[in-house]
Amino acid sequence: MKIKKILPQILTLLFIVLVFGFFTMNAQENMGARGLEFGFGFLKTQASFDIQFSLIDYDGSHTYARAYLVGLLNTLLVAFIGIIFATLLGAIVGVARLSPNYLIRKTASFYIEFFRNIPLLLQIFFWYFAALRALPMLEDAPMLLNSSFMTIKGLYTPAAIWTNFDIFLTSIIIAMIIIFFFARYAKKKQEQEGKRLPVLIISLAIFITLPLLTFLIGGVDLSWSFPVIRQMSQTSYTFDGGLKIPPELIALTLALTLYTATFIAENVRAGIQGIGKGQKEAAASIGLTPSQVLKLVIMPQALRIIIPPTTNQYLNLTKNSSLAAAIAYPDLVLVFAGTAMMQTGRAIEIVGITMATYLTISLGISLLMNWYNKRIAIQEK
Amino acid sequence: MTKINLLKPNNDNLPLFLTLGGLFFAFGILDFYLNNFLNINITSFLPRIINFFVPLVFAVIGLHFIRIEFSGIKNLDKLNKNINTSNFNAALSVSIILLIIFAFPPLLNWLIFDANISGDTKEACTGSGACWVYIKIWFNRFMYGMYPNAEQWRVNITFIAVLVFMSAGFFVPTRLKNYLSLYYTLLLPIISFALIYYIISGGSFGLVWVETGAWGGLSLTFMVSFFSLIFCFPIGMMLALGRRSNLPIVKYSSLSFIEFWRGVPLITVLFMSAVMFPLFLPEGTYIDKLIRVVVAITLFEAAYTAEVIRGGLQALPRGQYDAAKSLGMGYWRMHVFVILPQALKLVIPGIANTFLALIKDTPLIFVVGLLELVGMLNLAKTNPEWLGFSMEGYVFAGIIFWIICYSMSKYSQKLELKYKTDR
Repeated sequence: MKIKKILPQILTLLFIVLVFGFFTMNAQENMGARGLEFGFGFLKTQASFDIQFSLIDYDGSHTYARAYLVGLLNTLLVAFIGIIFATLLGAIVGVARLSPNYLIRKTASFYIEFFRNIPLLLQIFFWYFAALRALPMLEDAPMLLNSSFMTIKGLYTPAAIWTNFDIFLTSIIIAMIIIFFFARYAKKKQEQEGKRLPVLIISLAIFITLPLLTFLIGGVDLSWSFPVIRQMSQTSYTFDGGLKIPPELIALTLALTLYTATFIAENVRAGIQGIGKGQKEAAASIGLTPSQVLKLVIMPQALRIIIPPTTNQYLNLTKNSSLAAAIAYPDLVLVFAGTAMMQTGRAIEIVGITMATYLTISLGISLLMNWYNKRIAIQEK
Repeated sequence: MTKINLLKPNNDNLPLFLTLGGLFFAFGILDFYLNNFLNINITSFLPRIINFFVPLVFAVIGLHFIRIEFSGIKNLDKLNKNINTSNFNAALSVSIILLIIFAFPPLLNWLIFDANISGDTKEACTGSGACWVYIKIWFNRFMYGMYPNAEQWRVNITFIAVLVFMSAGFFVPTRLKNYLSLYYTLLLPIISFALIYYIISGGSFGLVWVETGAWGGLSLTFMVSFFSLIFCFPIGMMLALGRRSNLPIVKYSSLSFIEFWRGVPLITVLFMSAVMFPLFLPEGTYIDKLIRVVVAITLFEAAYTAEVIRGGLQALPRGQYDAAKSLGMGYWRMHVFVILPQALKLVIPGIANTFLALIKDTPLIFVVGLLELVGMLNLAKTNPEWLGFSMEGYVFAGIIFWIICYSMSKYSQKLELKYKTDR
């Protein structure tokens, strides 16, 4: 009996040790032969390559570590925008799929079946190489909403110029803290006295007035810089001022959003369908209004079904954003596993760091998810 | 004659309301049609923003008039129930109808009526629509990559042979059915590998050697996904069992293996197989790029398959395990004869989704320089003689992938129904 438990474990361990040992030995030998030494010192050396699009200050004179940070931030930027839009679109389409209206239902399912069955990479290529290339040149672009230009080189929009932005940011954080405590107080009061305070309206009021006050008395100011076209030579034009959103970012976000939203929509549909009809009827029979039924009975239960698979989709979106490398959007993979590796030749370290980064993001979010699942799980006796 | 209340259409004046509603609706659609396709704006005297919404408003008013409960006309009641229950619903329906009218004719024109397909050069494309000549000329490349034209029959023959071997399972006599899973997990991979090695790769039996770098196109998509698919299933099953094992070392090594592959994007795995993996092998060993890619994708997808199968294992009630054990079955007999057959039935949709994801992931192998369908398209669109046809290429590939994935998902839904057993 004992041997039956120990033998498989020893065999597994042996297998793992052998494989890792074999790889490590070979790696040492090979790197020795190429005159490379394992280590992360290269991160502190000068990168001397440029990155097209960066959220923080960067040029060739910065270090590889800084280049890594630029790539990481670009990845997170795409993931963040994609997640927001995909959630909105997915929720709308998921609800639309259950609509009593035949046309809406069919349109929603057509959208889902269409976009989820085409490879994401193909969609990214389509938007970047085919759709966005059909946009007008800088000088021919019509003005949208009296401020922006959608051109072949990207979207030019007005840029916000803040003075004392930090005060504004602090006021938002303070407002959120106040709302948090207010919501707790309101809940406590409701449990004790059975009286509901208008939480939503008061929270909104706090959230709007506090930042607004900073404009009046905190010295915060906001102005806009509009993009203005300028002729550089006979045929070349450029925009001065404003904010430039590169076409790579647009194509990537568009494809990721449209693709992931189909999966989120299916999750939302499954979540709402997963609530038994009896729940609705029981809630109605104790005298709740339809909006209360939705808010207090259906949504809390549906969210319990919807949230775990949807977080999984958020993770997928983040991982899929690495396809950016295919259209040269400077994300983590392109900047670090692409350019930086070509220059340094340190395959093991760089691929290792890149994988570790994604792994940290994924595992972090899964841990958070497990914690959340435990918290909202139905307490069965 | 009762008083006519236009805000509340009722049954008494049915013909009047039907005519009014039909007229308003028709006018809305007509106005939209004229605006968009003939550039005639009959309501141009209105302010711009109102002018824009005229078709919508008129059509919605039209639908409002025909919203009569219990009208006695079957089709009208059906229409009202399905697309016209309230003004809001009517507005949504009309928006969708207008969108279809707006989008479909130009789309059809581009795809079919204005498209060119005869001829063999770029100059043959004179219409304003799609240039299918481009697809026609490059069709062989899109299907077979750089594989020599004269040798392409070898790919076809191998594919037919593999398909025959795959479908063999449907025709075996009943008494051999028990060995079927063995055949699919062990024998079929070996047979297909041998076929591909000897016929597609060549080098012996008087066939010319074609290196894997020349393989490509849709046939490569199929090869990569086929091999990853048949290998990832057994590995995933072992990992799922390992993860649920009581033995700590087995459990945690399976767990970390699964979590590792699920946590990283496929593109970095492929990078690893391309640049990092050669460093891990003894000096001078060379493993073909295609094999490395297939191994990478297999391990990657095996982790996902493992999680899906684990879901099935967990869904089985404890009684099944207890019953099997009380019959005196050991670990392996219990799993092979009792647990896995039931668990696998439960996870058919999940497995099908993983396989679909696998097929949709194959285009990523472009990062290691293997050009399947999408990679071939990107190569073709840089050809100086055929610049400017990327749209046609992507639409073509999109249609092909869509057909494959959609039919697979429909098939899995059918399987799910077929194997659904009540418990």
